Amino acid sequence: MTEASTARIYGLHMAVVVVLFALNFLLPDYHHGLFARILVLATFAMGYNLLFGYAGLLSLGHAMFFAAGLYGSGLAITYLGFGVSAAFVAGLGCGALLSLVVGLLALRTSGVAFMIVTMMFAQAFVLTIVYFNQWTGGDQGLVLQQASRILTVGNASLDLTAPAVRYLAALLLFAIVLFVTLAIVRSRFGRVLVAIRENEERTRMLGYDTFANKLAAVVLSGVFCAAAGAAYALLFGYVGSNFASVQYSILPLLWVLAGGAATTLGPLVGTVFIYYVTDIASSYTSAWLLIVGAALVLLVLFAPKGILGFVRRRWIGWLP
Amino acid sequence: MAFGPHLLLATLEGLVTAAVLALTALGLSLVFGVMRIVNVAHGEFFMLGAVLAWAVATALGTHPAIGFVAALIVAPLVVGAVALLSERLVLRRLNYDPEATIVATIGLLYIIQQLALSLYGPEARPVTPPFSYRVLLPWFGYSGYKLSIIAASALLLVATWLVLTRTRIGLVMRATQYDREMAQAFAIPVERVYAGVFALGAMLAAFAAVLIVPISQAHYLMGQDPLLLSFIVVIIGGLGSLRGTVVAALLIGLSDGIVSMFFSPTLAKLIATLVVAMVLVFRPQGLFGTAAR
Amino acid sequence: MTQPLLTTRGLSRHFGGLRAVDSADFSLMPGEIRAIIGPNGAGKTTFVSLVCGRILPSSGTIDFAGTDITNLPAYKRVRLGIAYTFQVTSVFANLSAYDNVALSVQRTLTDGRSRGAVREGAMKALEQVGLAERAGTPAGQLAYGHQRLLEVAMGLALQPRLLILDEPTQGLSDGEIEGFVALIREIALDATVLIIEHNMPVVMQLAHRITVFDAGRIIAEGDPAEIRANTQVQEAYLGAAHG
Repeated sequence: MTEASTARIYGLHMAVVVVLFALNFLLPDYHHGLFARILVLATFAMGYNLLFGYAGLLSLGHAMFFAAGLYGSGLAITYLGFGVSAAFVAGLGCGALLSLVVGLLALRTSGVAFMIVTMMFAQAFVLTIVYFNQWTGGDQGLVLQQASRILTVGNASLDLTAPAVRYLAALLLFAIVLFVTLAIVRSRFGRVLVAIRENEERTRMLGYDTFANKLAAVVLSGVFCAAAGAAYALLFGYVGSNFASVQYSILPLLWVLAGGAATTLGPLVGTVFIYYVTDIASSYTSAWLLIVGAALVLLVLFAPKGILGFVRRRWIGWLP
Repeated sequence: MAFGPHLLLATLEGLVTAAVLALTALGLSLVFGVMRIVNVAHGEFFMLGAVLAWAVATALGTHPAIGFVAALIVAPLVVGAVALLSERLVLRRLNYDPEATIVATIGLLYIIQQLALSLYGPEARPVTPPFSYRVLLPWFGYSGYKLSIIAASALLLVATWLVLTRTRIGLVMRATQYDREMAQAFAIPVERVYAGVFALGAMLAAFAAVLIVPISQAHYLMGQDPLLLSFIVVIIGGLGSLRGTVVAALLIGLSDGIVSMFFSPTLAKLIATLVVAMVLVFRPQGLFGTAAR
Repeated sequence: MTQPLLTTRGLSRHFGGLRAVDSADFSLMPGEIRAIIGPNGAGKTTFVSLVCGRILPSSGTIDFAGTDITNLPAYKRVRLGIAYTFQVTSVFANLSAYDNVALSVQRTLTDGRSRGAVREGAMKALEQVGLAERAGTPAGQLAYGHQRLLEVAMGLALQPRLLILDEPTQGLSDGEIEGFVALIREIALDATVLIIEHNMPVVMQLAHRITVFDAGRIIAEGDPAEIRANTQVQEAYLGAAHG
């Protein structure tokens, strides 16, 4: 890896962030709001991609990590009176703890069994939320009051409900996770994850503790997803059990597949693409599930490497 | 009602659940056992069977028994055809790659669900039972139809078992399950076996659904619980084992019937889900499977 | 007198009723090239799998360089210096030849900031097996013989004290085999080599000593001349050929 290509790769990612920053001032209201949401969900997708794309572990339970961040911060605000930053940290903590426990258990299995086990844990998570509905609000969820969503730094205070603040906060989170992901996948740890994906037994026989590496990947992935969930609660003020449902485990898979698994920018591209496809389609038909379903089938049949996977193969081989 | 009759009632309800579950899970188990793929759309085949049963019974509009018998024949056939089509168009092209298949069948799940919603609607609709005879027990009367579900399911399970163990078709299926390449070398048309197994699995689910519709109504979201429960049954019973599947279905059905009569259904489900996840983590071969070497 | 590098005592592994390896007492001196031969199904691969930790023994002990490694997980044994190259070529097909070897090298380096050292180590291993020019080629696109060499390079790059090669010449042409024999001799200057091999001329050329397995048991051990003269060995092979 030469210095020039390193500069080129970081330059590209900076450029993407700059463009997204510029969009804050350019986008009309409707799309501005949509994009703030997309940036948070793309962060969720990046967390998913680290595990699915790079480490090759197909989980169908990632909604629980997103929801851990969502409820961790939302409940902390509602019942413990936490401030915004403390609530965010609480969300991250919940995600880290949950992913550590789930990882320790689920990683004893592999392949299809791993997929089913993660799905079951996520199902148990939803049922837990429903069971404790007097605190969690069950299906109805909780709405966080505007007053509790003001970030105080020193003497200054930022109202996270203001559109521009919301957008820029979402972008900040997105940019941090993007560059952390980039650093991870270019590190030795990242290369070991890819090696595990390609051939786990061989990686073990090169002297790597594959279990520990996979566990680290699950926890990092869980923390990223929880960060997205916590940000979602704080920025959009709603905490609900549908974010923990199996659908929200499948959506990040769809976004990552669409954008390109194991590409750093794929999750963003995929989330934007799918979001706009469903948004446009829903003005013609209410059958948006059909679009999601058809997109999954078509992607896996004709474009298993996703949009950026295709771009990487055809034009830009150095794309990370 | 005293405790004894209460328990008897719970047991009977549990047996009905188990009967339907065993058929549905057997379909999933066959597909997994022979083709080594997980069909996430299996619950939708179940739902499709129930919706078609309503459609057939309504379209005929004659005596409930005639409508029901027609549904029992037509619904599985149509569902089998849909399964065959998806196998041809999608799964075969993916070369049955386990992970790609999971993603693709998730896609199929959404497509089928949305089509049902668009064409059939969001309402839950009942189908009249073919007969309304009540069996009078000393403590309570019990639906004769529910008892006939148990009988019908048992009959079909035995039939499937006979096909698997006593016929050439079963032999071919087991050979394919045992070693795909070897089967191919012995001129077994593996692709046709796969297509047949996939359709058969879906038909078993559809048949189970037709049986259950007269007591539980058809709804476009009704496929989710059977899918999860089937997963649970297949895991506990040991992947690809017929006897294990039946035993596990009995276990889950009965405990579901009995537990949900005494505990909150959410808590019961929560505990069951965690227990099953732990079984999969610590005994991946299932409770009844033999340890892999 | 020097200590053996590797010692197994009463090492056994049963699969159901089958005794794949049956109380094997085995020792290997540092710097040796040792060949393991025997008919198919004699337990050779199971034996080396027990040594490198891919399978755990039913009973018996394994010592490596004075440490009891019987219950050590495979990856820790690799870190102690036991490298295993797979019988079925098992390179990372989608990664370049360089990246394959770099994965070995980066594991042996404890210092975190040495990208240069990774490159140096990886290229050295590739040069040693003669694949330096193909460093950028995806491993899956290499010719079969080259994939086998890459497999060896990955083992070499681990800088092992004991390199285990499982049927390395299988499927190679005569010319390639000749190069391979020279390579193994070169490797043996730094490391102890344990090689499972079916090709008798290769075994006779390379091995200092030979261990013969049959039906899970060690039936003979000695230098090439002794083994050639051993009637029990001849029977095992002839018996296998007729059975």
